[in-house]
Amino acid sequence: MTLALVLEQLLNGVQFGLMLFLMSAGLTLVFGVMGLINLAHGSLYMIGAFLCAAVAGATGNFWLGLLAGIAAAAAAGALIEVVVIRRLYDRDHLDQVLATFALILILSEGVRMIFGPFPLYLNVPDLFRGTVRLGIVDYSLYRLALIGFGLAVALGLWLLIAKTRLGIRIRAGESDREMIAALGVNIRALYTVVFALGAALAGLAGALVGAIQSVQVGMGEPVLILAFVVIVIGGIGSIKGAMVGALLVGVIDTMGRFLLPRAFALFLDTSQAMGVGAALASMLIYLLMALILIFRPKGLFPAHG
Amino acid sequence: MDSARREWLLNSALALALFVVPLWAWIAGEPFIITLATRVAILAIAAVGLNIALGLGGMVSFGHALYLGIGGYVAGIAAHHAFNGTPVLGLPGTNQMLPVWAIAMLVSGGVAAVVGALSLRTSGIFFIMITLAFAQMGFFFALSWPAYGGEDGLPIFMRNQFPGMNTNRPWDLFLIAYAVLMAALLVFALLRAARFGAALMAIRQNPDRAAAVGISPFGIRLTAFILSGMITGLAGAMMADLTRFVSPAMMAWTMSGELIVIIILGGVGRLFGPVAGAAILVGFEVFFGGVTEHWKLWLGLVLLAVVLFARGGLIGLIAGRARHG
Amino acid sequence: MDDPVLELRGLCRNFGALKATDNVSLTLRRGEIHALIGPNGAGKTTLMGLISGRIAPEAGSVWLAGQNITGLSVAQRARLGLARSFQVSSLIPEYSALRNVMLALQAKQGHSYRFLRPVALDRGLQSAARDMLARVGLVPRASVAAAFLSHGERRLLEIAVALALNPQCFLLDEPMAGLGAEGTARLVTFLQELKQQAPILLVEHDMDAVFRLADRISVLVYGCVIATGTVAEIRANPAVRAAYLGEEPAT
Repeated sequence: MTLALVLEQLLNGVQFGLMLFLMSAGLTLVFGVMGLINLAHGSLYMIGAFLCAAVAGATGNFWLGLLAGIAAAAAAGALIEVVVIRRLYDRDHLDQVLATFALILILSEGVRMIFGPFPLYLNVPDLFRGTVRLGIVDYSLYRLALIGFGLAVALGLWLLIAKTRLGIRIRAGESDREMIAALGVNIRALYTVVFALGAALAGLAGALVGAIQSVQVGMGEPVLILAFVVIVIGGIGSIKGAMVGALLVGVIDTMGRFLLPRAFALFLDTSQAMGVGAALASMLIYLLMALILIFRPKGLFPAHG
Repeated sequence: MDSARREWLLNSALALALFVVPLWAWIAGEPFIITLATRVAILAIAAVGLNIALGLGGMVSFGHALYLGIGGYVAGIAAHHAFNGTPVLGLPGTNQMLPVWAIAMLVSGGVAAVVGALSLRTSGIFFIMITLAFAQMGFFFALSWPAYGGEDGLPIFMRNQFPGMNTNRPWDLFLIAYAVLMAALLVFALLRAARFGAALMAIRQNPDRAAAVGISPFGIRLTAFILSGMITGLAGAMMADLTRFVSPAMMAWTMSGELIVIIILGGVGRLFGPVAGAAILVGFEVFFGGVTEHWKLWLGLVLLAVVLFARGGLIGLIAGRARHG
Repeated sequence: MDDPVLELRGLCRNFGALKATDNVSLTLRRGEIHALIGPNGAGKTTLMGLISGRIAPEAGSVWLAGQNITGLSVAQRARLGLARSFQVSSLIPEYSALRNVMLALQAKQGHSYRFLRPVALDRGLQSAARDMLARVGLVPRASVAAAFLSHGERRLLEIAVALALNPQCFLLDEPMAGLGAEGTARLVTFLQELKQQAPILLVEHDMDAVFRLADRISVLVYGCVIATGTVAEIRANPAVRAAYLGEEPAT
């Protein structure tokens, strides 16, 4: 085990964490502003990946695909907000869970009907092929670009929320719904915009990750569950919490899978150590979440009171 | 005809239909239909378990597949060791259903006690998420722990035995499942009518009031959660015997979702809601699955329609709104 | 004079910079109605929370019949005999009036972990609950779900539930709110009898009712008790007149 390898895994963890942040940001915004728990967020991630892979495959241009992925996810988000989601804001969490569970079934089967049952593959754009030397480690240029992308989007999101009129309205929506409605802000339109924004971020994450994973139906749900872990750890409704939670989950999950089997190999035989280590590593972030909820039942950065 | 009477008639019709259809299949020599009915019964038992937590107690557990999986693995591991003639934790393996059921209920009850004690410190969306997280822990543990098949799952070569029955015959197995379902429904009905149920349902509606008259919500909720996990665990052991196979998929989050869907389709908190819901779900899968490979799309649309427009589920549609005297 | 039934000793609770409860001490003696008054925002709700156990104090203690109950939960306090009614009616909405009272009775008996015997067949529980409803005149509405009772009926049901706990003392949070003149008059008569069963700590906005009912009054301003005394003493107290009555003439 060399330092270079550890460093590479650490970077992978940060990259994974930033992609999780893109997913979690939308989820946490939608919960913070509208009080809605949206299981179908992973489906928007899937839609972004599929559209990106299909358009990039047809045109040969990754960037066109990326735009198509973001646009499709945002449009799908706006559509389901108007048709379904808006009827759920006043319902309890059980109804929200079920209705968005139903949306997963519908969207997954819909994508399967359109794109067929086989996975699509998306190539890394030419610009980011190969590796780059970072001190002692040769690192995938594309993954490094993902880190850059993730940070840039996080910065953009922060600027949007902290500095723009839309951001002020979003923050007002989190604290006092009646008040901003009374001030004449069109709350329905605001909700649709927030939902579409979250959807676009999920679609972006799906499209970006599509180049390093196969693009297939069901790809959204594992990421969705991790994103839930992220926002629960971070504190639901808090963008800052989502960032901290995403990096924690990304790094701990990646490093756990890398280090635990090797740690157990110090005192168990190799095959046993791999099994025990892998089993524990895959449970690690859920243990982390349980621990955090036990000591801070509202997450690390509670958004309300 | 008032709604309580209508619900009573509907329940009787459901209980009768679930018996008569496989009876006819047995006479007509259609083992596939008997097996389907057995699956409905076992899924319904699992959902009766969840209905205690969710329907009576208002605890939206999004991780009940964990107990289903634990029950399944108890049966699978017992059969595995019985087949190999090796001990497990100092005990011999067994291929008898009754001790397997007892252990399955004990273990899933124990896990539910730990999960419940930790999860009930939170509420609302946090409760949903933390129960999901615990189930995911179990799922990934089963997936990556190599001793019992890991992601390949664990086959049960010899179906567990029940005294006086030949469990290899579909009809016998159905009778066992049907009897256990009726027993589970009886337990649910008794709990709901007893002082415990009165306290539990009161806590669902207004925990502050319950505390103000001296009923600690935590203890009542935790007890309900444990009972709920035990019954779902029992269903898991039976499910493993039906399919002769256990795999991590039994603990997948989609399975937890399906259990909730069963309850919603049938009617939350209704005695026979799980039976109606399980029958609808399995029926949907079989009939629409035969017509189109995209049957889940239609299931999604139906579920969406039920949540948005028919919140009482099937039993609510037919018998009217729930009444609590 | 015998020991007070309920005693608060130096209770303090802050919310951030706000001193919601500031070194509050008071007693509730057998057979009396002790009214707690104060302008909006004086900290009455916080104080009720501290007594009932919903809020934990930062300093001070609560004693019930000589026992320190500061560390106990809401439910434990209720079982020891602290019965409270809520400011906004807070019943079990889907339960009938009768079942709301039965719930309190079963809690009083401490037997909520009975799993098999249906409460519908529990004649003892039912007739005892009916007696409580009779005392507040709600028997004709026994089978109506709490959600469908009128506002006044819900307030009476709150009292019946408190009665069912057969408590050492009552904590009544604005029981007159929204009752109207006739309802208030009936409740005043009822509370005058009730205090013989167990003393009442009464938070109330209706000053007429307070001055007719209370044996003693404590005035809470900005989290502090600025005066405690009989009706006459409170009326004459210059600090009270300045802080409270001056702003809101009561008689």
